[in-house]
Amino acid sequence: MIRKLLAFLGFKAVRLASLMFAISLISFMLVQNSPIDPVQAYVGADAVRVSPEQRAQIAAYWGLEKPPLERFVIWSSALLQGDMGTSMIYRQPVEEVIGERFLNSAALMGVSWLLSGIIGFIAGVVAAMKKDTWIDRCIQWYCYTLASTPAFWLGLLLLMIFAVWLGWFPVGLGVPAGVLADEVTMADRIRHLILPALTLSVVGISNIALHTRQKLVDVLESDYVLFARARGETGFRLFWRHGLRNIALPAVSLQFASFSELFGGAVLAEQVFSYPGLGQAAVDAGLRGDVPLLLGIVLFSALFVFTGNLIADLLYRFIDPRIRKAGVR
Amino acid sequence: MCKLEVENLSVSFSHYDRGLRQQMVEVIHGLSLSIKAGQIVAVVGSSGSGKSLLAHAIMGILPGNAVMAGRICYGGETLNAQRQATLRGKEMALVPQSVNYLDPLMRVGQQVRIPGADQVQAAQQRNLFERYGLEPGVEQLYPFQLSGGMARRVLLSTATLSGASLIIADEPTPGLHHEAARETLLHFRELADEGRSILLITHDIESALTVADKVAVFYAGTTVEIAAAEDFAGHGERLRHPYSRALWNALPQNQFQPIPGAQPLPGQLPDGCVFAPRCPAASAECSEIKPDMRKLRGGMVRCIHAS
Ligand code: SF4
Repeated sequence: MIRKLLAFLGFKAVRLASLMFAISLISFMLVQNSPIDPVQAYVGADAVRVSPEQRAQIAAYWGLEKPPLERFVIWSSALLQGDMGTSMIYRQPVEEVIGERFLNSAALMGVSWLLSGIIGFIAGVVAAMKKDTWIDRCIQWYCYTLASTPAFWLGLLLLMIFAVWLGWFPVGLGVPAGVLADEVTMADRIRHLILPALTLSVVGISNIALHTRQKLVDVLESDYVLFARARGETGFRLFWRHGLRNIALPAVSLQFASFSELFGGAVLAEQVFSYPGLGQAAVDAGLRGDVPLLLGIVLFSALFVFTGNLIADLLYRFIDPRIRKAGVR
Repeated sequence: MCKLEVENLSVSFSHYDRGLRQQMVEVIHGLSLSIKAGQIVAVVGSSGSGKSLLAHAIMGILPGNAVMAGRICYGGETLNAQRQATLRGKEMALVPQSVNYLDPLMRVGQQVRIPGADQVQAAQQRNLFERYGLEPGVEQLYPFQLSGGMARRVLLSTATLSGASLIIADEPTPGLHHEAARETLLHFRELADEGRSILLITHDIESALTVADKVAVFYAGTTVEIAAAEDFAGHGERLRHPYSRALWNALPQNQFQPIPGAQPLPGQLPDGCVFAPRCPAASAECSEIKPDMRKLRGGMVRCIHAS
């Protein structure tokens, strides 16, 4: 058991290493060929007042005049020693920027991940238990409608209704503007979190709900549920004893495997709400040619998604008795 | 008095044909049989003849698009959906075909015990496993870890533990070799000898005959003959219906004579006798009149020419 786990983790580690290498190489090449001139982006509006000599100095300072391959080697060997470089736009070590931004994003993603998971799961269960009734149809309609709704559009809608018209929530940002950092209360942070988290979770619900519904419908039509009914089990007890047991694991796994959608949604939602998370930093870094930060975020998000998939995999492998015990006997 | 009486049972399914018109297809029609306490009645017929539906109809677990007509009596009382729901799992128990009828993610022991089981039941379950030769460790296994023979005994335990007095076994010996099938059926005999009634639904007439008291021969959705087990002997001279005789003579140790033709599909039954297209004794009358079930020599038969 333990040995199987270690072998599995070892295999995954090799996968991760090669994945990371491929991703950094590809993103580096993409950035290299992008039309954005990092010096120009760095200098920004002051462009006219910066002489060509100064430009060359800036380029030299960031090491931009060296050939691409050499830069990649320098960057990646520094990375291997744990140094991700310095962000050009924040003038801070990349790992600090990521760490700080990720905390904000983690709060946002965590809340909406939990919300969408729980609400989606319950909605799926209700739809399946009441299959072909109006409740089922409403839930399915909701899911299919939302599945085709872009997160940013929904975000804008929520912003207009709840922040602009009703004024219940702040229009954007992660903390109130013009307030000293140490005067920001937890309540402030939560108030700023609600709308973006809602946007993100409302979109995430449909996936898990539809999946859970289908799974439970299959389970309810299975031979073992028929047999359970023949043994006198009905209604909620039947669901509790046989339904939940058979749909919980796939649902939780799916939720972990959806980290990539979660991250993608967060980038959009953060943009709409000017929420200072990792997604927003990624967009800034991209638009302003902040190569170290962009690459750092790309790698970090790859790691994040990979972790989600790894957990989903592990759950199946080491919790589902059919897979867990298959090799033992 | 009969424990279970089924009278003129029919089961139809509604489905949509190509023109999106709703159509009813009758899968079981005019089926009658009865079981006394302590009896084993075998319902035999080839696979795919809708025999399982009989089990589901009695238990009241037919799918939603099925419509049932006729009368089912249990202990002298007519069964309706409500009554079936109260009796299910307590008075009537089903022994299903395969391990697929067990929850794949639940340990066997926990599953055999009825939900909310107390310590007494747990002890009973252990005794029962011992009685059926299942090692104590088996209760910790998951269904996929059971061998075919173990699965049979586990499924049987579910019915025995429930204390039901009517046990319906739906194809309880699929794919078991002769010895194992015999052993399983002997367990049913034991249960019958304790005073329970057993309805044994199977295509394996040969094994069924080793334990059954009565045999109902099932063809194209209905019973064509009800005979004592002893009537199946020799070349089937004592059997009443041509199909029963053909079925008996098709067995390898008898004449190994296959029956020409194929069973008609539900919804495409002939107008007269359902067996007419394949019957060696058919006359012109046979394809016009639907024969009714009638008493003959202590059994029942659905054939106009039987004597
Ligand atoms: S009724 Fe006629 S066709 Fe039907 S079984 Fe009897 S003899 Fe054969």
